[in-house]
Amino acid sequence: MDALMLARIQFAVTIGFHFIFPPISIGLAWMLVAAEWLGWKKNDPDHVRIGKFFGKLFAVNFAVGVATGIVMEFQFGTNWAQYSKYVGDIFGAPLAAEGVFAFFLESSFLGLYLYGRGRVSKKLHWFSALMVAVGATLSAFWIIVANSWQQTPAGYVVRNGRAELTSFYDAVFNPSTMPRYLHTVTASLVCGAFVMAGVAAWHMLRDRNSVFARKAMRIGVTAGLIFSILEVMPFGHLHAQQVARTQPEKFAAIEGLYSTQNRAPLVLFAIPFSPPPQLKANIEVPGLLSWMAFGDMAAHVQGLDQVPKEDRPPLWLTFVSFHNMVALGGWFIFLMALASWKIYTGKLSQNRFVLKALVFSIPLPVLACELGWTAAEVGRQPWIVYKLLRTSQGHSATVTAGEIWFSLLLFGAIYALLGALWLFLMIKKAKTDPEDITVEAAHA
Amino acid sequence: MDLNTTWFLLVGVLISGYAVLDGFDLGVGVLHLFAKSDEERDVHVGAIGPVWDGNEVWLLTGGGALFAAFPVVYATIFSGFYLALMLLLVALILRAVSMEFRHNLEDPRWRHAFDWAFGVGSLLPCILLGVAVGNVLRGVPLTADHEWAGSFLGLLNPYAVLVGLVSLAMFVMHGALYLRMKSEGALAARMGKVATGAWVAFLALYALATAATFLVSPFLFEKVAGNPAFWLLLVLLLGGLVTIPRASRAGKAGTAFVASSVVIVAAIFLAAVSVFPRLVPSLHGLENSLDIYNSASSKKTQGVMLVIALLGMPLVLGYTAVIYRIFRGKVKPGHAY
Repeated sequence: MDALMLARIQFAVTIGFHFIFPPISIGLAWMLVAAEWLGWKKNDPDHVRIGKFFGKLFAVNFAVGVATGIVMEFQFGTNWAQYSKYVGDIFGAPLAAEGVFAFFLESSFLGLYLYGRGRVSKKLHWFSALMVAVGATLSAFWIIVANSWQQTPAGYVVRNGRAELTSFYDAVFNPSTMPRYLHTVTASLVCGAFVMAGVAAWHMLRDRNSVFARKAMRIGVTAGLIFSILEVMPFGHLHAQQVARTQPEKFAAIEGLYSTQNRAPLVLFAIPFSPPPQLKANIEVPGLLSWMAFGDMAAHVQGLDQVPKEDRPPLWLTFVSFHNMVALGGWFIFLMALASWKIYTGKLSQNRFVLKALVFSIPLPVLACELGWTAAEVGRQPWIVYKLLRTSQGHSATVTAGEIWFSLLLFGAIYALLGALWLFLMIKKAKTDPEDITVEAAHA
Repeated sequence: MDLNTTWFLLVGVLISGYAVLDGFDLGVGVLHLFAKSDEERDVHVGAIGPVWDGNEVWLLTGGGALFAAFPVVYATIFSGFYLALMLLLVALILRAVSMEFRHNLEDPRWRHAFDWAFGVGSLLPCILLGVAVGNVLRGVPLTADHEWAGSFLGLLNPYAVLVGLVSLAMFVMHGALYLRMKSEGALAARMGKVATGAWVAFLALYALATAATFLVSPFLFEKVAGNPAFWLLLVLLLGGLVTIPRASRAGKAGTAFVASSVVIVAAIFLAAVSVFPRLVPSLHGLENSLDIYNSASSKKTQGVMLVIALLGMPLVLGYTAVIYRIFRGKVKPGHAY
């Protein structure tokens, strides 16, 4: 394998692994803000216990997220030096801004949140939880800015053999930043909600009268229902419309539209084959894709046949990852709606089937995030910066295949170990008996 | 002062901030390898637990600022120092997760493994960061196109390794002084002794490295004599070095720690003023060096970044100071969240 391919694999492995953790951190942080708020304002020890309990899960998850995130910041320079030189005038700024405006906030206040309980006032303690959540959410903003600029570059001019900044505002708020940011942050909230609801379900299965489980479930399911709906409508829809407008090749690939047509159908299910690119066993709704993308059943939608072969993204991976993500999105709404109904009718704690479904669905939103990320990033190929620089022009020319093999195997081994330990500890913490967590007397 | 010079200084500030703050928790990590008991290990980790996360962000922000302000340096050096950086990253990953994992795993074998990983994960950065500085001071193999033309083993030259040992001694001294301030009894007394030993080692190694620099990179001394900043920094360095043992003997652990911080900042800026206006001297002819102009991003970007720094960093310094103040005082064993 050549150095370019190895660099791509290493990037996919390290970023794909890293991306397991931040969505959980962002989502769970806001769940903690809610629980700690209720604990503080209502002086309710159960909610304080929920905060402490999920705070421990958060800490384990955050540590692995931070550790694997450092690699991201350095890897552009180590493995993508030509890219870094070409886009450094634009791409470095959001990464630095992420540190200054977001990551300092999140990391500094996390120490205060975890170690400060009982040491600082309840108000300040809640504020530290809030700052962790705000920091995590802002952090996502700057990372999405950087990534969105690769998807839909704006605010630059090519000068002196590189992309140079002309408008910081246009670069930051490039056409895909806000649709992608809202979609990603909402997805993270779904991840956090499913962790809280799923863990609560596990405890409810053990003890149907658990107050801890009932109160955690209420937070998790409320947030889960709201955000899994928002995730699809409007944010998923708006993002898809933006892709249709700004990156028609990617849109055609993820939707499986291989020939340009009016009244383009929405493919609900199919198995993609190539060459030539074709779908088999399709289930589709005529005209719906045209309508969803451009608000008109008869709208003209560009297919892959109008894209030169060398500019086409991989078809199988984009189609399959996108469609599975959408299917999972539907499941999240269904399950959370069902759970909400059962809570409303007071029957959730007796419904072992729904409770088990909640437990087994804990990892699914993270999976959906990974699938969405795959569709977005593979769909951008063969460009590292859309229509500006090819991925094949971006890697470090001075780093050899042997060196990347070494680092790839090293990261692979360490990440396998970390992943296993993370899973083990998360499950262990999730199964802790909530009664074992001491909470100070309500008026202390 | 033009924007390029301003950013040279600001990157220096971020690197110094990292060295002073993460420096002590890296040092404590190394010392943790030699702790006598589980209680002592808990104090080591407890002393840095609430703050290490924020400290490490200085490195990330420094990397981001280097990328934004001097993208050519970021790209050339990071890809050139490839294997060394990968080792650094692995070490930082290991120490970050070890702190979290060690108090969550009850099996003594796992616990022991992560205590060990935490120590080694702290030791490696202490040395590698110095090795990187050493290579920059010595000059790195750059072609006329500013492309890297060296090897990993070439990075491990005797001069760079010597600077690596300087930084190890410096961080161990810094970590011991911090831990002395945060602990009590036998551990605090022992840290006082360790700090003295590390102080002697640092002094000797720093003197040796300075002498070696005269031989390896005489160009670094060409202009410094006429630069008042150089003399000011030298006075700060020597003043800090003299203060450490005096304050320690007087039982003023806090003052000794501040003096050690001054020593670190002065040492970094002494290296910086002698390299300036270059960022990375080239071994293959100084005219091939990367400097603050030929490696810079555009005026526009450096200007935007300056606004970001001026808006954000005062806030960061403010809440960082508040959080350190909240966690002031001694750490007791067995205190975890």
